[in-house]
Amino acid sequence: MRAMLRVRRFEDKIVEVYGAQDMKTPVHLSIGQEAVAAGVCLDLKKEDYVFTTHRNHGHILVKGAAMAPMVAELYGRADGCSGGKGGSMHMLDASAGCLGTSAIVGGSIPLGAGAALASLLRGDGRIAVSFFGDGASEEGLFHETLNFSALKKLPVFFVCENNGYATNSHITARQPHSDIARRAASYGIPSVSVDGNDVLAIHAAASEAAARARSGGGPSFMECSTYRWKGHVGPDCDHLKGCRPKEELDKWMERCPVKAFKEVLMKSGILTAASYDGILREIDAEIAGAWAKGRSGPMPGPEELYKDVYR
Amino acid sequence: MPWTKVLIDKSDLEDTLGKQGLRGLSYRDALREAQRQLLETDPSVFLIGEGIDDPGGVFGSTVGLHKEFPGRVMDMPIAENGLTGIAAGAAMAGMRPVFIHMRVDFLPMCMDMIVNHAAKWSYMTGGRVGVPLVIRSITGRGWGSAAQHSQALHAMFAHVPGLKIIMPASPYDAKGLMIAASEDGNPVLCFEHRWLYDFTGYVPAEKYSVPLGKGVIRREGRSVTIVALSLMVYEAVKAARELAAEGIEAEIVDPRTIKPLDEEIILSSVKKTGRLIVADTGSRTGSFASHIASLAAEKAWSDLKAPVRLVCMPDVPVPASPALENAYYRGKAEICAAARELCGI
Ligand SMILES: Cc1ncc(C[n+]2csc(CCOP(=O)(O)OP(=O)(O)O)c2C)c(N)n1
Ligand SMILES: [Mg+2]
Repeated sequence: MRAMLRVRRFEDKIVEVYGAQDMKTPVHLSIGQEAVAAGVCLDLKKEDYVFTTHRNHGHILVKGAAMAPMVAELYGRADGCSGGKGGSMHMLDASAGCLGTSAIVGGSIPLGAGAALASLLRGDGRIAVSFFGDGASEEGLFHETLNFSALKKLPVFFVCENNGYATNSHITARQPHSDIARRAASYGIPSVSVDGNDVLAIHAAASEAAARARSGGGPSFMECSTYRWKGHVGPDCDHLKGCRPKEELDKWMERCPVKAFKEVLMKSGILTAASYDGILREIDAEIAGAWAKGRSGPMPGPEELYKDVYR
Repeated sequence: MPWTKVLIDKSDLEDTLGKQGLRGLSYRDALREAQRQLLETDPSVFLIGEGIDDPGGVFGSTVGLHKEFPGRVMDMPIAENGLTGIAAGAAMAGMRPVFIHMRVDFLPMCMDMIVNHAAKWSYMTGGRVGVPLVIRSITGRGWGSAAQHSQALHAMFAHVPGLKIIMPASPYDAKGLMIAASEDGNPVLCFEHRWLYDFTGYVPAEKYSVPLGKGVIRREGRSVTIVALSLMVYEAVKAARELAAEGIEAEIVDPRTIKPLDEEIILSSVKKTGRLIVADTGSRTGSFASHIASLAAEKAWSDLKAPVRLVCMPDVPVPASPALENAYYRGKAEICAAARELCGI
């Protein structure tokens, strides 16, 4: 609950401040899709690897990336998580197993498998997760990587967040059938389709996949059907521009993953209104702190331009 | 001649277009009109690209075309290399596809099909089968677009025999070169720059083409030649205005297409001025600017009164932070500094 809410509040904050135009980086928000990040990343070990996409904030936050350097990065500061070099699309925290993010669609798929290959060769028991979208499953990289991962039994978990769109193109304009898990299964990879707004279902599948990877059982695949509430990029809702029907968005907003899980927890008595408010206050305090810190650092000096091309 | 002018501000527009009653069109609309006329007049033309039929329509350059030409303006899966191969195959079989990428940065996904296949097909088949394929892509800039959304990779492709490369800077050339590229019969890469899209200039309504391999003099001058590519043409025009006030008369050459390259127009300008600056949107090492410098070293040695100066982007990936973007981009200021140095001011 906390993990999902933390991602939601973090990105809500971006929406809130983006109009001020001092966060000069294209933000791809995952509002509406938080259950996937939370369900998959929460139980990973710190040393496990995560590779993700342009829509990365949630994944790496839950994986354990420090928040203040992410905020500093959004503001282009020298103390940002990549020193102001990467911005929103290239977040990382190497100490939390997030080794960097590609905004080239499909990039995360082989990189995650490669990290898993490293673990396999070293025998160090780490696993890797590759997050990617429905669009990325159309790249050749997807098929090349799945084939190799199945062949070598790599300890990798492929998580496809199927939000129905790649930018403004609906999946039906791009795929003959949208059962992406079925394509993964054809490589002999254990594959499931789950409700991407049901954090418990995601968590159960992720636990199984992690156990399989850790015990030498090779890769697993999970397709999560979900929906992004905001436009492909930026803080606005794109139905206003005619990119998709408002009714579709409304329907999915009713199925809010955060709200749904909150209700489950309340019903079972695990969560009360008071404890929920307490969590929310803690999260908002953390976010306020990260924002204060993230915005206060200096901008990188011009000499920084030439550093880091090599190391 | 109105079509040689690049128009930078409002008074420019009024002087050149308003007073002469000429039609002005933005770069994006010029591209769209070119594609529309190609679709209208040549049934073998079709457009394909990610999201080209969405409300944004590739920054406006394809807006509405899918409605006018149903079935011939296609969205596609996110599968650049395969689809480049599919477009190339269609081209071999007689179609004239235009493949459109929102960013230059997605071209590396298609490297195999462009470099190993499309570029070589005519040669490998002894000229029997060609690949009349146009590939448009756009260089981004600003708002933290960063390392994977701001590249200018034209020089990399210029290295590959068998490709032609156009870099229209003005709306007039955007339309005319786009049409010429489609009619050319070879694989042609069209490198556009996002910041060119809002510029307006004279664009005739009829279908016309601008020949590949013909440069244009954007401004005449006797002190120094500035060869400028793409967006750098505008930087050069701004620089020339500033320099004129200091007594330096810059001549601006826009090659418009870098492959084939109009060597003659560059060499004859250098013959006149004796000084050469090349301004390129790409990073320095292996840049197209350095190719032009080598051209001068080989063929204009005795005309040069001073060393050649390159104004290129630095040899680093494009950073995200606005502070670093400022430090990264080169333009008018660097062109002016180079000109002053060469002219001894
Ligand atoms: C190779 C490549 N092609 C195109 C793009 C432009 N682009 C950025 S995100 C995106 C859509 C990706 O869709 P999906 O994989 O479903 O992820 P989502 O945005 O829905 O999270 C596209 C086409 C890109 N960044 N990289
Ligand atoms: Mg998607």
